[in-house]
Amino acid sequence: MSKLESSSLFQLTAVRLRLFLREPEAIFWIFIFPILLAIGLGIAFRNRPADVLQVGATTTQLTQALASDKGLTASTVDEASGTHKLATGEILLLAIQRPEGVAYKYDDTNPDARTARLVADRAIQTAAGQHAAVKADNELIHETGARYIDFVVPGLLGMNLMGSAIWGMGFAIVEARQKKLLKRLVASPMPKWQFLVSFVLSRLLMLIIEVGAFLAFARFVFGVPFRGSLWELGFLCLLTSLAFCSIALLVASRAKTMEAASGLMNLAMMPMWILSGVFFSASRFPAVVQPIVRALPLTAAIETMRGNMLQGTSITHMLLPVSILLAWLIVPFFIALRIFRWR
Amino acid sequence: MSMAKSTVDERQTGSSAFAPGPALLLRGLRKAFTDVVAVDGLDLEVASGECFGLLGPNGAGKTTTIEICEGLTDPDAGVVELLGLNWRTGASELRQRIGIQLQETQFPDKLTVEETLRLFRSFFKRGISIEESIKTAQLEEKRNSRVVGLSGGQKQRLAMACALVGDPELLFLDEPTTGLDPQARRHLWDLVDDLKHAGRTIILTTHYMDEAERLCDRVAIMDHGKIIALGTPQQLIASVGGEHIVEFAVSGEVDPTALLAIPGIQSHRVDAGLHQLSVSELHVAVPQIFGALTAQGLHLNEFRTHSATLEDVFVGLTGRNLRDE
Repeated sequence: MSKLESSSLFQLTAVRLRLFLREPEAIFWIFIFPILLAIGLGIAFRNRPADVLQVGATTTQLTQALASDKGLTASTVDEASGTHKLATGEILLLAIQRPEGVAYKYDDTNPDARTARLVADRAIQTAAGQHAAVKADNELIHETGARYIDFVVPGLLGMNLMGSAIWGMGFAIVEARQKKLLKRLVASPMPKWQFLVSFVLSRLLMLIIEVGAFLAFARFVFGVPFRGSLWELGFLCLLTSLAFCSIALLVASRAKTMEAASGLMNLAMMPMWILSGVFFSASRFPAVVQPIVRALPLTAAIETMRGNMLQGTSITHMLLPVSILLAWLIVPFFIALRIFRWR
Repeated sequence: MSMAKSTVDERQTGSSAFAPGPALLLRGLRKAFTDVVAVDGLDLEVASGECFGLLGPNGAGKTTTIEICEGLTDPDAGVVELLGLNWRTGASELRQRIGIQLQETQFPDKLTVEETLRLFRSFFKRGISIEESIKTAQLEEKRNSRVVGLSGGQKQRLAMACALVGDPELLFLDEPTTGLDPQARRHLWDLVDDLKHAGRTIILTTHYMDEAERLCDRVAIMDHGKIIALGTPQQLIASVGGEHIVEFAVSGEVDPTALLAIPGIQSHRVDAGLHQLSVSELHVAVPQIFGALTAQGLHLNEFRTHSATLEDVFVGLTGRNLRDE
């Protein structure tokens, strides 16, 4: 037996990795699930050619005028059935011929309907002989880095790092406590710090696979950009994972049953799933709650990852979120050490 | 097996000026939990090389006592010394020198026997090889099996092997055979026998009196946090006053004074309609018991005798059966 193999830290870490790899469900949630989620979201939010808007008109003349615009498809309907079609969403706008001109019937709270109103009016005015006062040309861009999938990949990465640290570590600790294994371990000469460090080490080894697989997938399948330094991105993933390990340790420091642990973990993660801007920007929440939202570790993690990947911002320009992550790493760790229940 | 053990032996057999102190010393030990006093002023000495049993019903305070000895629970008051060391100043050395098997430890299901032992072996600076521990616990065939696939007895032997990997001078076994079938119990007893013969000090708790009689050089019977009897199993059995127990049932009321007048009958008690007499000379007493009962006009429904056991000691001391708890 080599020196390394006989060291207790090596053995503890090896045990953690073995136990993880022998748990097929864990492999699914940590490695496969984020990729499936990215695929699903990538399909749902893929950039399509600009939508053609459905509109209706009460006369053939109006219908022809509307159909002359490429952005619209128009059909002729009478006012009553047109109103019904509006209500059921078959058309977005109904152009009604009135003695004094044209009336547009649409829902002004629906952005697509407002667009339809502008396009329809332009088409009708042009057909009636109006000319643009200023000549305008369109230059179209479909830039990577501005798509929804680019936005959501750093969010999913952060969420995945949170989930794998908290589920992976929290459940394993509470299970060991419930099965009295923790008690048996402290009855042996095992140094207690090594037990906790073995969790972190095994987590970091898995992090390499987990983050690597996910980001490679995002890069090669969706072409998500990596504009910042990869070393810094690696450091941010490490910092994020350690901060969540520390939170996991705190969450699992006292709980005696899996049910209690599961409740506590959900309690810890739920606010972040909602508030931290995984799927949409966290800045959409009202200004009053912004300080809370921004102090959450997942918000800080996702902010730095989006900064790194999408804008190429260096860590030196993201010191606030990085310090928030550091604080979440240090404070819960020391509280957890103080209150940790070994039996 | 170990160099350290032979050093201890040398010390024992060598100069008496360096005779080792007791392997375990408890003085005025006390521990109360919110609702109950678990250990209530306990004094105890266990000599080096002894196999010592703490006996008593569930809730007597055995586990609390042994966990205080193991440094897992802090006593409210009292002195605890193991191998001349205490937990406040010598904890890390003690952890290296003692072996512990706890009640109801569940090792990770998905580790193999060998992996589990390798983990525990890595905690000790010195000790026996993995091969030797597997052999001692007779788990050779299960070496590469996962814990989840082991029987109750095999799991218990694995727990024992984990306690032995550091080649401990002092071994604690907390209810080692609870929940095992009779064959697995006997198997484990043989294992403890081997350890005893290797000269290790063993302290075990049990609520099986037959187990204590079979394994222990000396036993302490505990009840309500106190030691109510201490000695070799033979001494304790003799203290009941008779080596034999006569049990009988009759239809009608017995006058105990007539029975107690018979020479050799030490005591009489009734438990659930069954009369129990402790008797020193069975061949003399039994005919006279029949005579006394016939004289009282009583008809025997049941009559049997057995050699007195520690169970009878407990009943004699507390008036309760162990199983009543």
